[in-house]
Amino acid sequence: MQRRNSRWLIGAGLTVVGALSLSACGSGSGFSSDSANTGGELTSDSTQGLSVLIGSSGDAETAAVNAAVAAWSETSGAEAEVSVASDLNQQLAQGFAAQRPADVFYLSTDALAGYASNGSLLAYGDELANKDDFYPSLINAFTYDGEFYCAPKDFSTLQLLINTDLWAEAGLTDADIPTTWEELASVSTALTTDTRVGLAVGGEYARLGAFMAQAGGSLMNEENTEATANSPENLAGLEYAQTLLNDGVMSYAAEIGAGWGGEAFGKELSAMTIEGNWITGAMTNDFPDVNYTVAELPAGPEGKGTLQFTNCWGIAADSPNQAAALDLVEQLTSTDAQLTFSAEFGPMPSIISAADDWRSANPALVAFLDGAEYARDVPVIQGAADVVSDLNAQLESLKTGDAQQILDSTQQNLDALLP
Amino acid sequence: MSTPVRTQRRSGIRGGESASGWLFTAPMIILLGMFLVIPVLMALWVSFSDWNGRGSPFSGSVAFVGLDNYTALVGGGGLAEQDFGTALRNNAWYVLLVVPIQTMLSLFLAVLVNRQILRGRGFFRTAFYFPSVTSSVAITVLWLFLFSASGAVNKLLSFIGVNGPNWFNDPSGVLHNILAAFGISTGPAALTGSSFLGISWWEWLAGPSVAMSAFILMAVFTTSGTFMLLFIAALQNLSGDVVEAAIMDGANGWQRFWRVTLPQLRPTLFTVLTLGLIGAWQVFDQIYTGTQGGPGKTTLTPAYLSYQAAFTNQAWGQGAAIAFILFVIIVFFTVFQRWLLAERAVSARRMRPYLPTSGGHT
Repeated sequence: MQRRNSRWLIGAGLTVVGALSLSACGSGSGFSSDSANTGGELTSDSTQGLSVLIGSSGDAETAAVNAAVAAWSETSGAEAEVSVASDLNQQLAQGFAAQRPADVFYLSTDALAGYASNGSLLAYGDELANKDDFYPSLINAFTYDGEFYCAPKDFSTLQLLINTDLWAEAGLTDADIPTTWEELASVSTALTTDTRVGLAVGGEYARLGAFMAQAGGSLMNEENTEATANSPENLAGLEYAQTLLNDGVMSYAAEIGAGWGGEAFGKELSAMTIEGNWITGAMTNDFPDVNYTVAELPAGPEGKGTLQFTNCWGIAADSPNQAAALDLVEQLTSTDAQLTFSAEFGPMPSIISAADDWRSANPALVAFLDGAEYARDVPVIQGAADVVSDLNAQLESLKTGDAQQILDSTQQNLDALLP
Repeated sequence: MSTPVRTQRRSGIRGGESASGWLFTAPMIILLGMFLVIPVLMALWVSFSDWNGRGSPFSGSVAFVGLDNYTALVGGGGLAEQDFGTALRNNAWYVLLVVPIQTMLSLFLAVLVNRQILRGRGFFRTAFYFPSVTSSVAITVLWLFLFSASGAVNKLLSFIGVNGPNWFNDPSGVLHNILAAFGISTGPAALTGSSFLGISWWEWLAGPSVAMSAFILMAVFTTSGTFMLLFIAALQNLSGDVVEAAIMDGANGWQRFWRVTLPQLRPTLFTVLTLGLIGAWQVFDQIYTGTQGGPGKTTLTPAYLSYQAAFTNQAWGQGAAIAFILFVIIVFFTVFQRWLLAERAVSARRMRPYLPTSGGHT
């Protein structure tokens, strides 16, 4: 009996040791230096092709990115392959853990802090040839710990969408398009009927935050060094939203049986909604019969305000050929490439030099691009996504909730993330 | 360390058996080791380390941080603790309702379709088992449609004059709603004042949210069929003579079920309860495809929270720690109900009628 036990132990021990050494081999050199991400020389091992990992919205986007990357391969002579992730976060995490990540990939503002802090990303922003062409607020969105990490791919802002037929039906004209909070409240009231609400929004920070911005508030300061969640400005923004909700002229999309603002708007459950330019795709595909126009969100007590959302082209610190990756990203963010992407699948170019062309190509959507001047970013620190999702959970019951209490708990949660 | 001579190798005809035994089992041991034991041990290490998702968790730059990841969850006082408390609360209510209901329902169905006189038994068995073989993702999508604000369930409810809730968007707790119907909308200070794992006792007692209730119904709907099958198998194994003897003794149907059939099903009941408990504590797919923890975090479960902590927040240590706390919870409940269902000697009081009346006690 004893003999068998000791054999068991030896066997198990060998298995463990074997596996540990196997996994140690798997980690490559074993001397992963965390300083690899901070500037210095770029790696340029051109023996391996580049892999590009994207989270695609559909065939149009996949085809456009494929074509752009193929064109780059043609001119540079380097190979590159695009693959579409089914779960981008999970596939990125897997790549980083194995130290064999995709060289170039889509990266959201939410994920930036996590990957930047663990050294997975190459902070290449300052080496971009076209760095000065990006909107400063977008550069800010991808700046973590004072370093500009990655080139903004494109961006979206929130604006007001108005159903023109329902607008006319309620006896409103172009002169009535709201420019102040008071006017927004009054047109919402005019548009509200027994079966329809004036304004429908998603019950989350990513929509209601626009009201906070109009009141001059935001969750954190520009540099992400200080939490300003429970400021009187934010309170004013939330209380305004609360009033609209309680007056019955604004509803959360979920309350009226829609998945998001765009669905409520498309099904004409609401006459207006606050969404970003991604809504245009849904309107064309799912609700082609709804006529609408895009207006800038009304100004609050502190002027105009909106939120912007963006993704960037991340480059992995572990990429063997960072120089080629950088070259590819410069190409993908060039004026021509971005205007092509915009024509193919609708995003707004992240560079100032493409703005005029975009305006003349999309005259109906100009309001979205105008938002770039005053749009605020969502917080970029590690753990902020959790805090925002907690805030979202509380905002769901904003109607009956205490706005100050909601903001206080968010302040406390953000403070806990700061050193 | 003096070893006696008993380590002398056995020789003869059975000598090589042990070696060939190991040889035959080696492929499985290696497979299980590679894909089960090692990953679990790795995860255990990660839960005690500050690994942040880059490179191997065994590389030199990863440090041992002791119980830091665990204390952040059960005593950190921050958002992590609050989320973990909320997830445990949600899942505890889910388990509390799903496990008993699915066990009772599956036993009930098994007894029904096991009756000899039932026509078309095969049809009913297939029908009840059908949800179990359908992918949980497909059923979740179906559920989202059925339980949408203007969905089929609310249409049905409206026929009987009930204004149905906005199921998957309603974060209010069912128990709180019932209390509110009696005019109690704020808890007593004793409950709201003190808290456990970052959420107040009053919140612990909120009950499952309306959204979670829809998931509870779904779990009962999908798993009852599987467990019904286990019960049918067990019922068919029971010998008829015991029941016949009970009939001869004058036991009616109700008594026969509770006093004769059910006690004989004890091993199956244990299996069903254990599998049910494990499945219910590990609920993930429905949340991942359905609500992602919303509305108001009321469908957040530890399994989903673990995924979220690791993959979206790069807090790998914390994600692994959640998984191991969940593991401990499941083991605890399994051991507890094993003890609960253990065969015990019949108590003297119960035994008395069967004992020969010797002595003066009559």
